[in-house]
Amino acid sequence: MSFPWANEYKPSNPLMRYLDEKLPLPRFVYNAVGAGYPVPRNLNYFWNFGVLAGVALMVQIVTGVVLAMHFAAESTVAFSSVEHIMRDVNAGWFLRYAHANGASMFFIVVYIHIFRGLFYGSYKPPREMVWHLGLVIFLLMMATAFMGYVLPWGQMSFWGAKVITGLFGAIPLVGEPIQTWLLGGFAPDNAALNRFFSLHFLLPFVILGVIILHVWALHIPGSSNPTGVEVKSEQDTVPFHPYYTAKDGVGVAAFFLLFALLVFFGPNFLGEPDNYIPANPLATPANIVPEWYFWPFYAILRAFTVDFLFIPAKLLGVLAMFAAILLLFFLPWLDTSAVRSGHYRPLFRKFFWFGLIPTIAILGYCGGSHATDGIVLVSQFAAAYYFAHFLIILPIISRVETTKPLPTSITEAVLGTAPGATLQPAE
Amino acid sequence: MESMASLTEDSATAGEEQGGVRRRDFINVAAASFAGVGAVSVALPLINQMNPSADVLAEASTEIDLAAIQPGQTIKTIFRKQPLFVRHLTPAEIASAEKVSLGDLRDPQSLEDRTKAGKKQWLITMGVCTHLGCVPLGAGEGEVKGEFGGYFCPCHGSSYDTAARIRKGPAPRNLEVPPYEFTSDTAVKVG
Ligand code: HEM
Ligand code: FES
Repeated sequence: MSFPWANEYKPSNPLMRYLDEKLPLPRFVYNAVGAGYPVPRNLNYFWNFGVLAGVALMVQIVTGVVLAMHFAAESTVAFSSVEHIMRDVNAGWFLRYAHANGASMFFIVVYIHIFRGLFYGSYKPPREMVWHLGLVIFLLMMATAFMGYVLPWGQMSFWGAKVITGLFGAIPLVGEPIQTWLLGGFAPDNAALNRFFSLHFLLPFVILGVIILHVWALHIPGSSNPTGVEVKSEQDTVPFHPYYTAKDGVGVAAFFLLFALLVFFGPNFLGEPDNYIPANPLATPANIVPEWYFWPFYAILRAFTVDFLFIPAKLLGVLAMFAAILLLFFLPWLDTSAVRSGHYRPLFRKFFWFGLIPTIAILGYCGGSHATDGIVLVSQFAAAYYFAHFLIILPIISRVETTKPLPTSITEAVLGTAPGATLQPAE
Repeated sequence: MESMASLTEDSATAGEEQGGVRRRDFINVAAASFAGVGAVSVALPLINQMNPSADVLAEASTEIDLAAIQPGQTIKTIFRKQPLFVRHLTPAEIASAEKVSLGDLRDPQSLEDRTKAGKKQWLITMGVCTHLGCVPLGAGEGEVKGEFGGYFCPCHGSSYDTAARIRKGPAPRNLEVPPYEFTSDTAVKVG
């Protein structure tokens, strides 16, 4: 994999040489995220977010494993064990707030990472596999976060679990048995809480495995870049270390700054107060809302209010919600333009910034609001645009658009076409 | 064939054709099938463990004393860890439920269909909205009963009538009537 001019791992330390012979793990790291991985020289800060997502996963794993030492997955005591973490466990409040807000940070970072891919056409060949594995990670993350949110066993935990497993109940015939099977009972209870805890512990490590595949698949063609023009020669690249380790370091610092701001100054800013009320199967909260990162999908779910043909509205909503994500798997074939980057696609760029992005923001707003008639109506238009964007607008744009001329190489894009301009990466 | 017995795949199998089936094919299929049956028989308990356990199922029935429930009153109890509404209908509520023609209903059922013979004043339903599972209002003292005088789900605004049938809003079906029977005139066993 990688380019022929990649630096070779040549350890000078005898211990490292010995290790390299027995188990070439340092060599593997060197080639993956060290000086042995040549990366386009023109990456902007949007290319930080992959590394940031990895950092966020590590934060979740570390804080999660520690929380698991104090948490009791039993429906009568789960809520109080979380309160015990908050009040009695040394620094427990910090660990829990870090974990809860860490999940939000994880999603912020991953959404930016996905939008980066959407704008710069990273999903196009030869990187379809990278895109597909990324979507698998996204689905696993959503499952993990959903099950994690059930663990504190507050009102939103309980009713969230009920509504989400209830989605499966919409499937004709087998729906209800599936729901009962998922919950291990007729409503969320101890059995559900226990299995959610088990899976919530497991899935992050599965995610870690898929991330390794994701990066592996990425390193075959190498990273794309803001021009979308492929690397042509050595002067188009710089080694990952020290150039991008340094640049990513800046991003990591900014990430932890924002993270600290949330944890220390607004730990419940993104949360729902109702989740500090213990789960009560007999009383529904006035407004069941999921965590903010699910709002756009929740809005699509609720946008379907009338039956269509023989399909009940409820099932339509469920299908549409899953379709909204599964659709993204087909993106490499829906967008057929040979030009990757949005910078060189005037029409695509307009629909991206003024169509897709506001639509998702509106869906998000609707998903977090109480479902009044007005909100539902707006969600319906927004959901329709969301699907139209990918299924109709994007394929048409790819065919009719006149793209702007691409630079002949990354180096040209960076240094201009001046005859004397050649490679001279900063010392 | 015997003279040049070599261990290569081709010669080990070439001469053994019997109606197109080679000995090695048979062994492959047999071994794979055996492993497949083994895998399935291990997968079954792994899947089945997710189903409700015996103690959960043991709680699957509930007995209710109706004697204290006045006409017009509803009690909220628990059946299979879910809210259950037991409602003593007033004659007016019965009349209003019977006035509706079945053709106007989303999920056509008469009050008779939803109660036991001769006991149509006792409306026993799950307190679980058939939309996304919220607990509708209307059972507790002073709660809104909605436009049709039965139950009202605050989550997305489903209204149920005095036979707990869906009349308005996103819910697809009437509130579910669980299996139950009268054990005496004033007691029922649900489940
Ligand atoms: C993909 C990574 C992860 C995500 C997105 C995630 C997300 C969440 C969320 C949203 C909560 C609810 C927070 C609250 O409102 O209190 C939670 C709780 C919890 N998580 Fe995670 N988590 C992840 C990884 C892990 C790992 C690796 C472990 C343990 C090995 C873990 C253990 C726990 C425990 C014990 C709780 C309950 C305590 C609490 O509510 O704070 N998590 N998780
Ligand atoms: S759950 Fe009752 S109306 Fe949606």
